[in-house]
Amino acid sequence: MELLQFIWFFLWGLLWAVFFMTGGFDLGVGTLLPFLGKTETDRRLMINAIGPVWDGNEVWLITAGGVTFAAFPTVYAVMFSSLYTPLLLILFALIFRGVSFEFRGKVASKTWKAFWDKSIFFGSMIPSFLFGVTFANIFAGIPFNDAGYHGSLAALLNPYGILGGILFLIFFLQHGTLWLAVRTTGILHTRSARAAGRIWPLNASAVVVFLVATAFYTDLYSNYLARPYLFFLPSAAAAALVAIRFFHQRRLYFRAWFASAATIVFATFFCLAGLFPNLFPSSMGDQYSLTAFNASSSQLTLTIMLVVVLAVIPIVIGYQIWAYRLFSGKLSQEDLAYEDVY
Amino acid sequence: MDVVFLSRLQFAAATMFHFLFVPVTLGLAFLVAWMETKYVRTGDKLYLSMTKFWGKLFLINFALGVVTGITLEFQFGTNWSRYSAFVGDIFGSILAIEATVAFFLESTLIGVWVFGWRKLSKQAHATVMWLIAAAGTMSGFWILMANGWMQHPVGYVIRDGRAELESFAAVVFNKFAILEFFHTISGAYVLSAFFVMGISAYHLLKKQHVEFFTRSFRPALVFGLISSLVVAISGDAHGVHVTQVQPAKLAAMESHWETTTRAPLHLIAIPDEKNERNRIELISLPGLLSLLGHHDINAEIKGLKDFPPDERPPVWPTFVSFRIMVGLGTLFILLTVVGLFLRNRLVESPRYLTAMMYAIPLPYIAIELGWVVAEVGRQPWIVYGIMKTSDAVSPVAVSQVASSLVAFVLIYGLLGAIGFYLMFTHAKKGPEPEAQS
Repeated sequence: MELLQFIWFFLWGLLWAVFFMTGGFDLGVGTLLPFLGKTETDRRLMINAIGPVWDGNEVWLITAGGVTFAAFPTVYAVMFSSLYTPLLLILFALIFRGVSFEFRGKVASKTWKAFWDKSIFFGSMIPSFLFGVTFANIFAGIPFNDAGYHGSLAALLNPYGILGGILFLIFFLQHGTLWLAVRTTGILHTRSARAAGRIWPLNASAVVVFLVATAFYTDLYSNYLARPYLFFLPSAAAAALVAIRFFHQRRLYFRAWFASAATIVFATFFCLAGLFPNLFPSSMGDQYSLTAFNASSSQLTLTIMLVVVLAVIPIVIGYQIWAYRLFSGKLSQEDLAYEDVY
Repeated sequence: MDVVFLSRLQFAAATMFHFLFVPVTLGLAFLVAWMETKYVRTGDKLYLSMTKFWGKLFLINFALGVVTGITLEFQFGTNWSRYSAFVGDIFGSILAIEATVAFFLESTLIGVWVFGWRKLSKQAHATVMWLIAAAGTMSGFWILMANGWMQHPVGYVIRDGRAELESFAAVVFNKFAILEFFHTISGAYVLSAFFVMGISAYHLLKKQHVEFFTRSFRPALVFGLISSLVVAISGDAHGVHVTQVQPAKLAAMESHWETTTRAPLHLIAIPDEKNERNRIELISLPGLLSLLGHHDINAEIKGLKDFPPDERPPVWPTFVSFRIMVGLGTLFILLTVVGLFLRNRLVESPRYLTAMMYAIPLPYIAIELGWVVAEVGRQPWIVYGIMKTSDAVSPVAVSQVASSLVAFVLIYGLLGAIGFYLMFTHAKKGPEPEAQS
């Protein structure tokens, strides 16, 4: 049973990591819309660069939430009801973003498009920031005990929480600029590549500050000190971070994007390996913390879910890669003249 | 104005709003896939134009369906945390399976279908829409498994203060869920059929794009007729099962107060909940309720008075919704049968076309009222017989739920209005000029 619970902790983490790796760049591109999208053409190119894949990416979030419910229902219940306000803010933002892509092109009016552009921006920026705030607070511990939750949205916006929010934003902006550099041509490509280069020092600084702050605000390093081999995770993240710059300087943008994806994945696993076995630690006392071992579903459920996931997820990854490869070419202004674009 | 009431209101609003858009996508996906396949097989560009026209309406609904669906996944946790902790072992896993097998497929392929016209062969592109359609219906299967379990919990054991899975097969082959699935999905197909027929009727009345909309109307007609019949047949079977396993709900559906054998059906009745009777009962057909509920004219139908007052569902909403739903369901069969006879002279049948045009909102009403019957009729239980709705809410402040409820009403109101405006405008405009028939 403990092995099953450990496996599910890992799979739960993997789902979040894959969401951040995929959804991260489309949330990043959406956040960049007012900054890199200086003309209508630019903005349409940016939107179409993520158009075919953003919805499939978002399902990793749905599945991460669904797996939290299925494998660790107590965590799902306590986490979603405690973090009511930030989660609903994320939800509202994602709702607006989700319809914006479809609605934006339907009326030939500047005001109409400007409204949906703002919708895309806030609908991308707010979830990026709040996911960071939420997870940072989870790493630091949430104020709840058996009497309930004793925090608030304001309390979540503490220094470490805000740092987490900024880190996620920067990660996604780096990831988004590199995606655009890969997929676009001309002025937008140049602008994106340059932005990616400018973000990198911010990225590296945020990572360093976060790694240091984590030592002071959380207990995450105790697992590392107990099992030093785990240090390969943050080392891999750091190496991937450096690789972003290495490839970017050589204008190998797809490799740089891939390095950015690796940074995000290893960074996620660094945090979750530190969190283990907690999924939702309490800052009011360890006896209240929800762990993989005290908050999971039954053995039967975990087993059945494991079979389903092992059978289906590889197929999902297969057809998602197929879809990505279908749309791996460069987008140019000429493409916008066709009707099979946003 | 307590947390329970507001949470119920919010969940009802979120679900009913979600269900304004999902049913259209479930059926329209198949219709669009059919149109695109006709194009691939015949090369007739009119079918391509149909695919794109109806496809645009499909996509507007799909976008709203997706975003409002995320709300529901979140809301089990945010507002019904006690419920989630209690049933997560079973309910949570079904939802996770839905995401894994259905959501991934439809959301990934939707991007391929929208953007991949020039990247795939004609056959491959059409196949993608068939897969999207299958994924949508598959998603409906799993969520109705979940709801079916709430209505008729099976395959579980209570352990450590929660429901734990004992038999996955029992949960998946839950008779209640299967009947609910056939009934709900065919209801969705009826809605999509009437959506297409109604919009087509508008243009046929104006005698514009006649070939285009005749070719749209006819397959929708067949789809709608078959689906309406499945709705009725599955509804009957579902009703018999409900009589067996949710007798309080059946009693509320029919406002049946006294337990009797050979129970009559009153064509007209006005419930008087306070006095535990019906104020009016007119045109009583002897034995018909027993016949409908048990397929046995002499069988016993339990009355509401057999249940303690705090275990009876609210009678008015359940009773009125059920009657209207059945009435509309019968009307849908009638309208599609008439259409079958008129299918070769639609343009010459303006009264029928007018009826079909104004009939567009009716399946929406029927399908939402069906959910009212299902969910309000299950009260006071959130899991029938095991957990009460009032014990299921999250320990959050009234102010939080009140604020989120207001936010949902405003946001959904705005996006819903915009969505329907876009649908209306696009439908009215008709196909692109190249598609002149």
